[in-house]
Amino acid sequence: MTIFEFAGSVMPRFLQAFVVTLELTAVGIGAGLLLGLLLALTRVYANRVLSGIANVYIQFMRGTPLVIQVLVIYFGLPPYFKAMGLKPLSSLAAGCIAMALNSAAYQAEYIRGAIQAISSGQMQAARSMGMTKTQAVRHVILPQALRIVLPSWSNELIYTLLYSSTVYFIGLEELSYASMKVAAKTGRVLDSYIIAGVMYLIMVVLLSRILAYAETRLRIPGLSIEERGR
Amino acid sequence: MSAPEILWQNVRPLFDALPVTLAVLGLLLVVGLTLGAVLAFAQTYGRRLLRHFCVGYEQLFRGIPPLLVLVIYWGILQSYGTPRILVAALALGMRSAAYQSQIFRGAIQAVPPGQMMAARSLGMSRIQAIRSVILPQAFRLAIPPWSNEYSSVVKDTAFICVIGGLIDLTRQAFMKLAPLSMLRPIGTQLILPYLIILGLFYLALTYGGNGLLALLERRLRIPGFEMKGKVER
Amino acid sequence: MPAGKEGHLGDVILRVEDLHKRYGKDEVLKGVSLELRRGETKVIIGPSGTGKSTLLRCINQLSVPDKGRVWLEGVEITHARTNINHIRAQVGFVFQDFNLFSHLTALHNVSLGLIRVRKMAKGAALERAREELARVGLAEKACSYPAELSGGQKQRVSIARALAMDPKLILFDEPTSALDPELIGEVLEVMIQLACGGMTMIVVSHEMGFARAVADKIIFMEGGGILEEGTPTELFTCPRCERTGQFLRKITELYGETDGA
Repeated sequence: MTIFEFAGSVMPRFLQAFVVTLELTAVGIGAGLLLGLLLALTRVYANRVLSGIANVYIQFMRGTPLVIQVLVIYFGLPPYFKAMGLKPLSSLAAGCIAMALNSAAYQAEYIRGAIQAISSGQMQAARSMGMTKTQAVRHVILPQALRIVLPSWSNELIYTLLYSSTVYFIGLEELSYASMKVAAKTGRVLDSYIIAGVMYLIMVVLLSRILAYAETRLRIPGLSIEERGR
Repeated sequence: MSAPEILWQNVRPLFDALPVTLAVLGLLLVVGLTLGAVLAFAQTYGRRLLRHFCVGYEQLFRGIPPLLVLVIYWGILQSYGTPRILVAALALGMRSAAYQSQIFRGAIQAVPPGQMMAARSLGMSRIQAIRSVILPQAFRLAIPPWSNEYSSVVKDTAFICVIGGLIDLTRQAFMKLAPLSMLRPIGTQLILPYLIILGLFYLALTYGGNGLLALLERRLRIPGFEMKGKVER
Repeated sequence: MPAGKEGHLGDVILRVEDLHKRYGKDEVLKGVSLELRRGETKVIIGPSGTGKSTLLRCINQLSVPDKGRVWLEGVEITHARTNINHIRAQVGFVFQDFNLFSHLTALHNVSLGLIRVRKMAKGAALERAREELARVGLAEKACSYPAELSGGQKQRVSIARALAMDPKLILFDEPTSALDPELIGEVLEVMIQLACGGMTMIVVSHEMGFARAVADKIIFMEGGGILEEGTPTELFTCPRCERTGQFLRKITELYGETDGA
């Protein structure tokens, strides 16, 4: 069999596994964005206690490998759930939660950086018009911050896609694991890996293009983190 | 046995597995640094074909999960009898080089163009200018982002146990999960603290390394020197 | 001959012939030619964007002209076979933005060229660097880093750096334009001393007081070409071109007379 014929034969399984990959990525980045936004706003605008708690969370999640976090959600927490009478988590659910919690920490830092990069004059101008702090954040700060954060966010999306393979450690068959299983079963080791690799690469290139396009469409002339001068 | 005693019994073997993690970490950083620097130079100062190659290399290694890279390298090198630690270091090191190349390139480009102009206008050749003027400054500018890459790489070492037979920190801990959960009644509940302790190992490596890098940065500090050029008055 | 200048003008040291340079669609230099004698000081004036800086950069090949030739003491700089580094070591260049090497002290900034290009021994180079720093009045700042210096001090270090190479001539690209008004004087003072001491210089500047005091010739450039060249007296009292007079009047209004002497 040529590699192409081989690819054809394994594609159903690979695609099914790839769907798992995409699910993990989507939940990870999506839920991560919401939680990350919350954390970032807490870090910037809340009182010191809350900000400190958020910081501890962020530091821990960013400082420890995703592998450990996945293991914690899947193996570490459920014994405590049992005591509370909750159902144990499926590996997919555990994987999604872990990716979201992890991504949230990274996104929180990027968003925080973006918010703090916006000059204080913006907030001052908004408040002096009579806006409340919340209004100012919603209508003046965040629109700018989210544009500034776009490049970092694009990076984070790619990372999430690639690191979804971590669920291998809890036996969830996403694309990488599928390729490893097929390699072991058929003995066509490199072929399997190359096919999986190509699939990842295509996805990454696709996402990068889409995000670059989004960046140009959303761009505001003169607003970028470099040229922040007055 | 009490809970702390059980925990300690399972934590002890982690120290035995630590050297494996450290060895791979150290080696991969060396590989990544050297190769990354070469790539950065090739891409900044090289000819078109070389530049395209570097871009391709970077896109390749940044578009594939670290898990897959490790598994591919093991698949290829296993039959040559390459030691596992070396395979892991090579796989992750070459991957890190793709990221480090970008860091070094950014640092070189962050040196204001006027510096090169001034050096050339004194009569220095391009190579002399790079050696005496650009590199010393680029080096200092590269330290903070490199610190980030270091942190990233420390966490990536948790993947190396995908290479069968390589017992690093994570693999060691993973092997203890099943026996722990067998220990009634509290065994399963000890998994969480156990994993947190495992996390602390990695945190220590990360903060330790970052601390050293911060020290280096302070040692090399030049008054007033920063990444964004100020308009001097 | 402007008052205070000693010596007489020597042979032709620099010749520029028909330089053309374009950036994209704009032709910034449209056939510029000039000559410079040893010991002569020429000041180039003109509206912004007329190619004055580009002209200087084309002389030491920081920008490569599209057409035209340049000779330094009979050696054709623009010739493909000429070792440009060799030439640059003989032509000093002072930038508007100073471009001091930010990672080196003032002393090392001045000595770097001596060590790397002239291959001097470190001790001798540092000695010479100290002399040059003293010459521009900054002996006590030898161990300071650029970020610790004021703009005027930075520019003086940059002049010392150029002087240390014993250049045949020095090109000044708007040396005081990036400085606060009160710092301009100290730099002009150094430049006047140099001019009076017989240094061959081309200075692109708006400082009319300086030009009147030490320029042998003033060149007025506009639209990528030289409109007029003449002594300060000629240009100020009876310029040949309407535009020259207009420009000089406007500049004198804006910048006033700087007390250069």
